[in-house]
Amino acid sequence: MDTFFAGKYDIIVVGAGHAGCEAGLSAARLNKKTLVLTINLDSIAMMPCNPSIGGTGKGHLVREIDALGGQMGLNIDKAFIQSKMLNTAKGPAVHSLRAQADKTRYHIEMKKVMENQPMLDIKQTEVKSLIVENNQVKGVLTTTGAKYEAKRVILATGTYLGGKIFIGSSIFQSGPNGLAPSLYLTENLNDLSLPMRRFKTGTPARINSRTLNYDLMQREDGDKKIIPFSFLNDSLDIEQVPCWLTYTNTKTHSILIDNFHRSALFSGEIEGTGPRYCPSIEDKINRFSDKDRHQLFIEPEGLDTNEMYVQGMSTSMPEDVQTAFMKTIPGLENVEVMRPAYAIEYDCIDPTQLKLNLEFKSIKGLFSAGQFNGSSGYEEAAAQGLMAGINASLSIDEKDPFILDRSEAYIGVLIDDLVTKGTNEPYRMMTSRSEYRLLLRQDNADLRLTKKSYEIGLASEERYKKLQDKIVAIERELHRMENTLLKAKDVNPLLESINSSPLKDSISIYNLLKRPEVFYDFLEPVDPTRTDLREDIWKQCEIQIKYQGYISKQLKQVEKFKSLESKIIKDIDFDKIEGLRLEARQKLNEIKPTSIGQASRISGVSPADISVLLVYMEYKRRK
Amino acid sequence: MSETIVAISSAIGEGAIGIVRMSGPDSLNVLSEIFKKNNKSHTFRNKQMYYGHIIKDALILDEVMVVYMAGPHTYTKEDIVEIYCHGGIIAIKRVLDFILEKNVKMAAPGEFTQRAFLNGRLDLSQAEAVMDLVSAKTDKGFDVALDQLKGGLSSQIEVIRQSLLKVVGHLEVCIDYPEEDIESLTYDQIGLAFTEVEKQLEALLKNSKNGRIIREGIKIAIIGKPNVGKSSLLNALLKEARAIVTDIAGTTRDVIEEHLNIQGIPIKIIDTAGIRETTDQIEKIGVERSKIIFNEADMVLFVLNASEPLTQEDRILMEHVSSKKSIIILNKMDLDTQIDLDYIYNVFPDHEIMKTSLLKEDGIHEVEEAIVKRVYDGSVLQDGDNLLSNVRHIQSVKDALASIKSAIGAVNDQMPYDFIEVDTLDCLESLGKITGETIESDIVKEIFSSFCLGK
Repeated sequence: MDTFFAGKYDIIVVGAGHAGCEAGLSAARLNKKTLVLTINLDSIAMMPCNPSIGGTGKGHLVREIDALGGQMGLNIDKAFIQSKMLNTAKGPAVHSLRAQADKTRYHIEMKKVMENQPMLDIKQTEVKSLIVENNQVKGVLTTTGAKYEAKRVILATGTYLGGKIFIGSSIFQSGPNGLAPSLYLTENLNDLSLPMRRFKTGTPARINSRTLNYDLMQREDGDKKIIPFSFLNDSLDIEQVPCWLTYTNTKTHSILIDNFHRSALFSGEIEGTGPRYCPSIEDKINRFSDKDRHQLFIEPEGLDTNEMYVQGMSTSMPEDVQTAFMKTIPGLENVEVMRPAYAIEYDCIDPTQLKLNLEFKSIKGLFSAGQFNGSSGYEEAAAQGLMAGINASLSIDEKDPFILDRSEAYIGVLIDDLVTKGTNEPYRMMTSRSEYRLLLRQDNADLRLTKKSYEIGLASEERYKKLQDKIVAIERELHRMENTLLKAKDVNPLLESINSSPLKDSISIYNLLKRPEVFYDFLEPVDPTRTDLREDIWKQCEIQIKYQGYISKQLKQVEKFKSLESKIIKDIDFDKIEGLRLEARQKLNEIKPTSIGQASRISGVSPADISVLLVYMEYKRRK
Repeated sequence: MSETIVAISSAIGEGAIGIVRMSGPDSLNVLSEIFKKNNKSHTFRNKQMYYGHIIKDALILDEVMVVYMAGPHTYTKEDIVEIYCHGGIIAIKRVLDFILEKNVKMAAPGEFTQRAFLNGRLDLSQAEAVMDLVSAKTDKGFDVALDQLKGGLSSQIEVIRQSLLKVVGHLEVCIDYPEEDIESLTYDQIGLAFTEVEKQLEALLKNSKNGRIIREGIKIAIIGKPNVGKSSLLNALLKEARAIVTDIAGTTRDVIEEHLNIQGIPIKIIDTAGIRETTDQIEKIGVERSKIIFNEADMVLFVLNASEPLTQEDRILMEHVSSKKSIIILNKMDLDTQIDLDYIYNVFPDHEIMKTSLLKEDGIHEVEEAIVKRVYDGSVLQDGDNLLSNVRHIQSVKDALASIKSAIGAVNDQMPYDFIEVDTLDCLESLGKITGETIESDIVKEIFSSFCLGK
């Protein structure tokens, strides 16, 4: 094949899914001449599975992406059709925002932003191979012979790479949603001695809204008061659309059980590892045979389509079985399937090959993000894309990498988990993965992260100014509450109305708020000096006061964590340390941790090994 | 190195003074909390001795001298506090236990030196020595950890951990999957489960053999008929340990208990010497008493007079002694041997049989060695645990108990699930330190194996 020189860039991003978009945008915004390549321009920021952004843990990631100056939060704010804060009955740390998206709108809005971003080009083509010289990436070669030179390359191939779809016994090569797969790059990566592996995921059927009977389902509406994803948006108001809840029954289950032998899942054709948290309906029925019903949500795919997503019914059954079992479900008796459910297998890497800045240890200048790194989910992908874009840019300027640790962000937890511990299944963010959950709240992502991003030049002036104003407003209100005394006789009637014990003396609003049953808005009638504050500001004050005890407990834990994190491991040959056990030595050589803290999280490295390492480092320093 | 550590830094029981040493940032705070000077002043000047009392809940634990040494000009380069107590295991242990309650950690063996090294106190040649020490220690530590995994304490802890993990898994599912079709736990259910864990942890601390050994020492009974040399043996051991520590009468006046320390192992010796004088039906009651003491003891020193033939009383006692936890001592070997040695070796084929002449102090050192060997080969500590790592384990169990109590408080206040989890996860982490498990992967596993979730 003839090849030709097609252009020269600072950074090339392979893929334009959620990881690729954030990577491309952040690189261009950091003033790097950037090129994003995708197999199909119509699939930019495509949502091939659930029509929603956010949810528990994931919602936190989106807020953090936004606080850092990423695009996902702004984009969903433009494209959402229903919004809900989950977990409001629980503590503020696990409140999680989730929005239903109009998928087409989401794609269009993101494409528009990409097209209009200075320093950013987007092109439709398939990357065939990387150009690597002396373990340093130099560019990419496309299937049409175009040679692009670049200082850094970011791989964000998603489920396209070596993609294979399973629908019952029907198996064919394909990217997500019927798009063309990427068929050549894996071989090239193998040649570069980057060990590859296969993961699997799946998506349920899309059904025609016209054929559903919503009278037999339960309506699920969004919140009355909408909280935007982006910290740049103070408020949003739209007409929201509902989702619908219905259940399977024993009839559904017996059809599935009768056809287990026809599921690609049980036929042994699928070699990839699937996620535990995303089992297919046949898997659920097989493993939890005592449950006589499973719930499913019917969710709109957009405002201009009749397609509805069937959440909870992911399957690799043949099409005829899919239609048959769905017809047993109340409201779906006359269902018409528009796109069948499928399972998809794809090539990805073991992420322990990466450094914490998402660069490959073995090839300089090569970064990767998203499902290619073994994660799953739009939000997880976007978070990594953003960080890869930032770090690729910083490394061109020979600046220190931008690394968030586990006490600073869910993004830090996500990347540290992948890179340090590795994963044996597509990795999904959950709040329980974070040790410092009470500090890493979705409501304070801007307070935690925006300044850091502003300092590296990504977060905009506007965003930083907004943060500063918010900090001042919070401090002012906290100060006011500390210094405003309420008289017992004024407050007691109110307290008695909620069975809160009456006061003997005056008390500051600050101290009164510490009572579990007393809330900020509840005190309004007895608080004459109160000014009209934005909800996110007084809520922030309320959280800081109410949960002070727990928050300071976590801050103490963080202090301990940081002391290990700040012990940097540099230029150490683990083979030279005699006190280490063999397993620990191998693991340390493989992961190459950059701090004692990171080393202590590697499985197979014991506390005893860590103290040997500490002593050795000190010994070496003195020598 | 932000944690503050504490240890008894004099050999236990040795001499008239026992030293409890703390190192770390909280040393001075803890001192101010537990120590009351005779005058009202609350300040401590660097490297100055103060006289006063250690006071807990208005009770005086001990009359002491203390000194505060400000870092970095100290051995560990951290703030150090030393408390000079009255010698004797009881007083020192009380003070140590009190300090451990103040969120201070028990120091690992060699940890003061290790800190001194890591903080840059030692020179290069000393550093190499420390490097050797740490490597050696950790190799051994790892073996011990493996042993303990199979051991009794670990399996008990594992049961508690699993029941706690079930609750945590359920709470986490409710948090991370709020829309799934899963019944949430009520506060009553959580409280019930946690109270059960609290009970189990308390029982573990109270009943655990190792816990008792840490508190009271290993119980050794000296058994034998009158005038075979029991008292001489006791005195010789005390003299060898250079430690007549306390003299506490037993529950009856005819049993004497002595506390001493052999090569770092706290020991409580029960001497049955007094039995004979208080009773008429000598043999019967004497034997009954010995039997009870024998059953309660962790180890038995059975003394026979080698200069006399075996009597009926010897033979009756021998029947009870023939279990593995005994060491047989043939005393008065300096006199003519009248005892039937073949018979003895026949009855005790697997036992250690020591020959002594206690009045001449012959063989006492060997007896001591035999006791130590028994402790470390695991025949005393039946789960094969190592005493020192046990102290840390017990600290972990105590930490776990404090956390679960705090979690129960949060349940009673009906705090949201995520707040209850803070203390619950702390509790799991403390328990995990004993079994070597990490929490996070466990929880994720629990979530997905017990609940049906997914898109």
